[in-house]
Amino acid sequence: MVVRLKPAPQSTLSSIKSLIKENRINNMTEQRTHAIDMSNISMAEKNNEQVADTCIKVENLDLFYGEKQALFNVNMEIPRKQVTAYIGPSGCGKSTLLRSINRMNDLVDSARIKGKILLDGEDIYDKAVNVADLRRRVGMVFQKPNPFPKSIYENVAYGLRIQGVNDRRILDETVEKSLRSAALWDEVKDRLQDNALGMSGGQQQRLVIARAIAIEPEVMLLDEPASALDPISTLKIEELINELKEKYTIVIVTHNMQQAARVSDHTAFMYMGELIEFGATNELFTNPTKKQTEDYITGRYG
Amino acid sequence: MENRASGQHISHLFDEEMENIRHKVLTMGGLVQQQMEDAVQAFITSDQALAEKVLLQDEMVNNLEMDIDHDCIQVIARRQPTAIDLRMLISVIKVITDLERIGDEAGRIAKMAIRLESTDYYHDQYHELNHLVDMVKGMLSGSLDSFARMDVEGVAKITRKDEKVDREYTSIIRQLITRMMEDPRNITRMLDVLWTARALERIGDHACNICEHVVYIVKGDDVRHLSQDELESKIQK
Repeated sequence: MVVRLKPAPQSTLSSIKSLIKENRINNMTEQRTHAIDMSNISMAEKNNEQVADTCIKVENLDLFYGEKQALFNVNMEIPRKQVTAYIGPSGCGKSTLLRSINRMNDLVDSARIKGKILLDGEDIYDKAVNVADLRRRVGMVFQKPNPFPKSIYENVAYGLRIQGVNDRRILDETVEKSLRSAALWDEVKDRLQDNALGMSGGQQQRLVIARAIAIEPEVMLLDEPASALDPISTLKIEELINELKEKYTIVIVTHNMQQAARVSDHTAFMYMGELIEFGATNELFTNPTKKQTEDYITGRYG
Repeated sequence: MENRASGQHISHLFDEEMENIRHKVLTMGGLVQQQMEDAVQAFITSDQALAEKVLLQDEMVNNLEMDIDHDCIQVIARRQPTAIDLRMLISVIKVITDLERIGDEAGRIAKMAIRLESTDYYHDQYHELNHLVDMVKGMLSGSLDSFARMDVEGVAKITRKDEKVDREYTSIIRQLITRMMEDPRNITRMLDVLWTARALERIGDHACNICEHVVYIVKGDDVRHLSQDELESKIQK
């Protein structure tokens, strides 16, 4: 079963636009004292019209843990520089699918996959692929923040250091840029040499994101990035996700459905190892096409 | 209706809250229906007491409207409903606005009945309106029915009736104008009939709106401002 993004529905905005073209609305506005600015309205349409340039393509993916099959024939196209969220009940395979995008499942001895995952058209499971390079391009952030027991500065600089970069100026610049992108700079700029483990959970999680950004990946995989955080830190992470999608393709797994609804452009619903429905978040949360999706998002499972 | 969530929520309380809202909307629908029938009856038979009752009921309808609005806001704030639950709540908020307006139109007819009673015009049975009254009654009860059963089958029939109502309204106007020209002394009374016909026609429009909201709840398609053909093809889908 191939699940593709549905083309955005022809919105009523285009009809408004055609009215403007015919000068019918403009004439109206000339008679009024208040300017009617239609350009704001067309923003919603722009979002819908984003052409889905595919970044990651999953093709006929089956995944087994020993005898047990965890993913069944998953097909999907994850669009570039947008946020794609996976939702589904525990054990549905969403984390497994996320982890297979940067080959984290290689670390599980019994894991075996069939099918392909293409990153920019290249199969990441090809023998020629260097896994370390792949993980540099596809960064990952986990549920529990896992900073190294080093200073804040060294945590962010770590990725560059293992690449052999030791130029102080480059390191300084990268650390500041990454911490700024992770919305953490203002909070830590005066204590960069403090131990990272002394930060709050929310700060640690943003630090880990800064560490991932420092090596400029193409894709960021977020596995429940906010589930251990308080509501305010959660909102900061969500705000951050929204800013990061300017530069990165973001894939997020979350148990918090409202979070998926808030942050994502596209949502995939998985159940029992199958991709049930994949579509624009706006559509999926108001009018899903599959009954299973409807039951899950309205809280009718049990 | 394959994609309609049929089961119950895991949270029983959520189910109860939704059922309670649904129940109140139907109560409100029943009240408004009663109001409209009473108002027409009062107008035709010049029954002042009945007309007063219609006006009193209006207050109940208004209170129910605010009450249901409040309930919907509470559920949205506390439960962040999605999909069919969200469509249901948003549509309920709109449906009760239409119901309240129908109540207002009924009140308008009732006021006219009271005014007519206090004048010494002769009271014929206002036959001009009979057909229109029957059609609009049918539309209103049909639309409440589709809401109660969450069934879009009957919707196309109701909206098609609205076209007939509009034609009937136009022909009533023509009839009334003719009678005004025959004898200018008729004008005042004819105007009252005209306003009543106008109120009935509006009630028909509101009934159609309710139907459109039901289609949105069940199908997720926004069918407002469509032609009859487009609407029917959306419902078939």
